[in-house]
Amino acid sequence: MAKELLKGNEAFAEAAIRAGCEGFFGYPITPSTEFLEHMARRMPQLGRAFVQAESEVAAINMVYGAACAGKRVMTSSSSPGISLMMEGISYIAGTEVPAVIVNVMRGGPGLGNIAPSQGDYYQMVKGGGHGDYFPIVLAPASVQEAIDFISLAFDLAEKYLNIVYVIADGNMGQMMEPAELPPMRELPKEPPAWAVTGAKGRKPNILSSIYINPPDEEVTNIRLVKRWLEIEKNEIRFSEYLMEDAEFAVIGFGTAGRVATTAIRAARQEGIKVGLFRPITLAPFPKEQVAEISRRVKRILVVEMNSGMMLEDVAAAVQGRVPVEFFGRMGGVTPFPDEILDEIRRVAANKRPVNWNARAEWIARLEQIVAEGK
Amino acid sequence: MNETSIIISGFGGQGALFAGQVLAYAALDNDLNVTWIPSYGPEMRGGTAHCTVIISEDAIGSPLVRNPDVAVVLNLPSLDKYEKLTRSGGVLVANSSLINRDLSRNDLRHAYLPANEIAEEIGLARLANMVMLGGMLGLDPILTLEMVKKALDEHMPERHRKTIPMNYEAIERGYSLCAKESASIKS
Amino acid sequence: MMTTPVKPEIQVVYQRPDSFTDLTTHYCPGCTHGIAHRLVAEVIDEMGLREKSIGVAPVGCSVFAYKYFNMDFVEAAHGRAPAMATGIKRVLPKNTVFTYQGDGDLASIGMAEIIHAAARGENITVIFINNAIYGMTGGQMAPTTLPGMKTTSSPFGRDVELSGYPVRMCEILATMEGAGYIVRRSLHDAKHIRQAKKAIRLAFETQERGLGFAMVELLSSCPTNWEINPHEALDFIAERMVPVFPLGDYKVNEELKH
Repeated sequence: MAKELLKGNEAFAEAAIRAGCEGFFGYPITPSTEFLEHMARRMPQLGRAFVQAESEVAAINMVYGAACAGKRVMTSSSSPGISLMMEGISYIAGTEVPAVIVNVMRGGPGLGNIAPSQGDYYQMVKGGGHGDYFPIVLAPASVQEAIDFISLAFDLAEKYLNIVYVIADGNMGQMMEPAELPPMRELPKEPPAWAVTGAKGRKPNILSSIYINPPDEEVTNIRLVKRWLEIEKNEIRFSEYLMEDAEFAVIGFGTAGRVATTAIRAARQEGIKVGLFRPITLAPFPKEQVAEISRRVKRILVVEMNSGMMLEDVAAAVQGRVPVEFFGRMGGVTPFPDEILDEIRRVAANKRPVNWNARAEWIARLEQIVAEGK
Repeated sequence: MNETSIIISGFGGQGALFAGQVLAYAALDNDLNVTWIPSYGPEMRGGTAHCTVIISEDAIGSPLVRNPDVAVVLNLPSLDKYEKLTRSGGVLVANSSLINRDLSRNDLRHAYLPANEIAEEIGLARLANMVMLGGMLGLDPILTLEMVKKALDEHMPERHRKTIPMNYEAIERGYSLCAKESASIKS
Repeated sequence: MMTTPVKPEIQVVYQRPDSFTDLTTHYCPGCTHGIAHRLVAEVIDEMGLREKSIGVAPVGCSVFAYKYFNMDFVEAAHGRAPAMATGIKRVLPKNTVFTYQGDGDLASIGMAEIIHAAARGENITVIFINNAIYGMTGGQMAPTTLPGMKTTSSPFGRDVELSGYPVRMCEILATMEGAGYIVRRSLHDAKHIRQAKKAIRLAFETQERGLGFAMVELLSSCPTNWEINPHEALDFIAERMVPVFPLGDYKVNEELKH
């Protein structure tokens, strides 16, 4: 299939259909709504389930039910909607059924705005809902990656009976760029053995997240942790750009990482040996790779569209080996490449030691940038 | 590396976003890398609407730029915003039908086109965007006129297909006005 | 000559339904959950639906319902059973999907989910246990608690000035176009239990015939949290609850009438 000019949200939705999604349950919210609209057109044509739910709370519980039925199912929403879904997400995690959730992140907290953001990093990566569980988080940086990762998300969700988030931001949801959709996958003929489908010729299947005796819950928790360790072993994904000879590393994911690419090219033209490390799985986080980078570069600059959330995971992996600096825009502001170029220049020239608070330094610089009206 | 960034901006409904899409399709059809990203949300409803198109021979990093190489401004608020931001030595095409002031800087190759009047002469008022797109190609041949016309033919939604000849005329009129001017300016 | 004596034919007249497991329930003495469970199990047996049924258990006293029914079951978050049932039914439309919910679950935290499941005409069956109190958490005020009734969170009796009035779900849901069968029955004596079973059967038939959303509300007892004995509890239903929650058919699709 040749490349087409595809709009982010619509392409993600079509990718889900082609990956065998048999049920979509959602609620409209900018900047993710085109996903739901595409599903509203396409799913009934294919005889698959689509419900515009009364709320995100209901939507995720519909996903929960349909996931228990053994189908590939999903929802898509944006930050405030994802917050509402956290109850159901925790139940899905506790019941150990697969589900794919797309979060097209926007500025916050609260009602915030509809502009692109990466401010849900903690909520996505660290769990968000109650209890001990570990979601897988994939962060695409282009329409093509989003298409590919949605297929991957369904595979991982099924393989590990785990929640998989694909997190994008408003930029990627709204952007058009050339990309190629995969062919339509055939739907499975038989449901998985654990699914509730009617207890015909077998013992009943019970799917629940309740373990009323703490020791039983702990056995479940142990199972979830061991599964996560397995995921950490097998599923780390990342992308590198000009890292071979890099003396400085920029670490950023999604749109922030992509914008940094342009700045890195410009910095290279100025003779600064800088490269990009872009985590694709934010959870599991590529800790070892970041640690390895910290052994061979002089300094690291983390770039995000939030207040320095992945920064903490990077710092934990670096363990003080080299200074880790930070630059972020918040509130729905996307950084321009020239801002990141300025930061790369500054970091490359900076000889100061590691033991200071990167966030505090950054916020002072950001206030200056904002005061200048940039 | 050969990369060009273009911002097309106007009132919602002036077709700024569609003009950008036509450009993006033309780039795609000619095996170039391209990104098209709109302003979105409430500002699209009656306010200003703009899109950023980046066309490149290499993989595109940022889909957004602070200082575009090219600005196509369909109304006065867009000129006020993007005249300041267009990079020095860049290109600016302004719609003189809705803009009644001169540029305040002299380091841009630029042209003023009465796009609304031309579109009305052609018989379809909403083609001002295509006149402006043609003008941009005349001033800065990022893509050829033929590439863009072919993209229009191949990607025009079915219900608007009968307007293709008028679209062609709009692009050509804008192009020829600016190509002439461009030749005489020689920045 | 010797004749073989004719053995009197022994007939089983009462046994556990196939749709029940062998477990003993955890319900308190005098609680009518056990009766409601049994009625549902008998109807599923009689209609031959066990092997295609998927139940959705709620949060509340009947949180362990899935242990007692011998069929596929899922356990929903508090109030979300109708949403979960929607998800299941939409991807498995040939299966029989039912929820079993209490008054806190259905009429308080799950109000949006139940109303919209009915509004969409989801082809599911809902068994609604109304005992006017939160049982599992130890006797707090429910949305169906009667005016003046004492609970641990309305210790001076439900003051309608402070806490409003009981919610009548059948009356609300009967206004929904998508509802096929909405009735209220009671479990306070044998006659009413038989009527309740007929209603439960019709509620499952509504689903099997594709006639939309069906709900049977069952007025039920909670002697433990009402702090009266089981006999008094049954009298309380008849004398105190029925006047506030009148029994009857609130909506019955024409096709179910013949």
